[in-house]
Amino acid sequence: MFAAFWRVLPGPIWLRIVFVIVLISAVLFALATWVFPWVDQIITPQEATVGQ
Amino acid sequence: MTDPTAGESPPEPAASAGVEPTRRRSRATVFSVLGEVLITAGVLVLLFIGWQLWWNDWVTAGQQTKAASEQSQKWIEQAHAQGDGSTPTPTAGSFGDPPVEAAVGEGKQFGILFVPRFGSSYQRNIAEGTGTDVLNSTKLGIGHYPQTQMPGAVGNFVIASHRSAYGGGMHVLNEFQLGDPIVVQTQDGWYTYRFRNLQYVTADHVSVLDPVPDTDGAAAGDRLITLTTCNPLYSTAERMIAYGVFDSWRPTSAGPPSEIASLVAAEPAAG
Repeated sequence: MFAAFWRVLPGPIWLRIVFVIVLISAVLFALATWVFPWVDQIITPQEATVGQ
Repeated sequence: MTDPTAGESPPEPAASAGVEPTRRRSRATVFSVLGEVLITAGVLVLLFIGWQLWWNDWVTAGQQTKAASEQSQKWIEQAHAQGDGSTPTPTAGSFGDPPVEAAVGEGKQFGILFVPRFGSSYQRNIAEGTGTDVLNSTKLGIGHYPQTQMPGAVGNFVIASHRSAYGGGMHVLNEFQLGDPIVVQTQDGWYTYRFRNLQYVTADHVSVLDPVPDTDGAAAGDRLITLTTCNPLYSTAERMIAYGVFDSWRPTSAGPPSEIASLVAAEPAAG
């Protein structure tokens, strides 16, 4: 899967590495900005209080 | 695309002439793709945990500190605008019994918590209620149990916060030392409590909320503050409880207690 992705990338090695870094950064940004906050709301909240 | 193997295969040595050239790349199989998907899923889960416990915790802590600092400055400026410019002086070293504000509505901010032991810029807004709307908020972070007393009242002023994640308002509650100041600022002034002891309980141990903790029905005589959070760190198995006893009160116009003067003046850390 990732090997196929690497072959699809155009250009010489250094350009491919630049592409990969940019894409990983974009994915991390999207995760931290939209995906993780959304998941956080769905999973059980951490309780910090005493109660019954 | 061109043939991916073109130009990559080295010339076959004469000794192996006639032998089928070995493939340089193994074929992607169902299992190799499945394996890569599972590894990716594992990395995503680890990233989420890191985001929740450290990155988002750090970002939220900065936002909560900034919001509390702004509210604190607002109250101080209001008091200056309303006052006659003179600084009140204590009688015999005391400003007398503290005023007690009326309870506010659910989710409404009414106080600010200052604890030097929690960090050089530690300050957090306190709001009514202990739901996620308060504890997970980027502007609040500390919740007041509505059935408990307000700051300065005879009885027990009980607040809750996260130990880790969402700003971790009580991350280092375990580091309290006897006599550490715990200051609550309200619109009226500064209530200074002094840390007395820690207690470890289960989550259903609601008697820590009693006016006299763990003593159901006893008539309250002291002014207490109680801080509740999770224990152990990164777990919700137990609750850690910190008790403090009321020490003194100062009106807003008299300025903050010397122990937190640097916290009040300091700009919150960036981030």
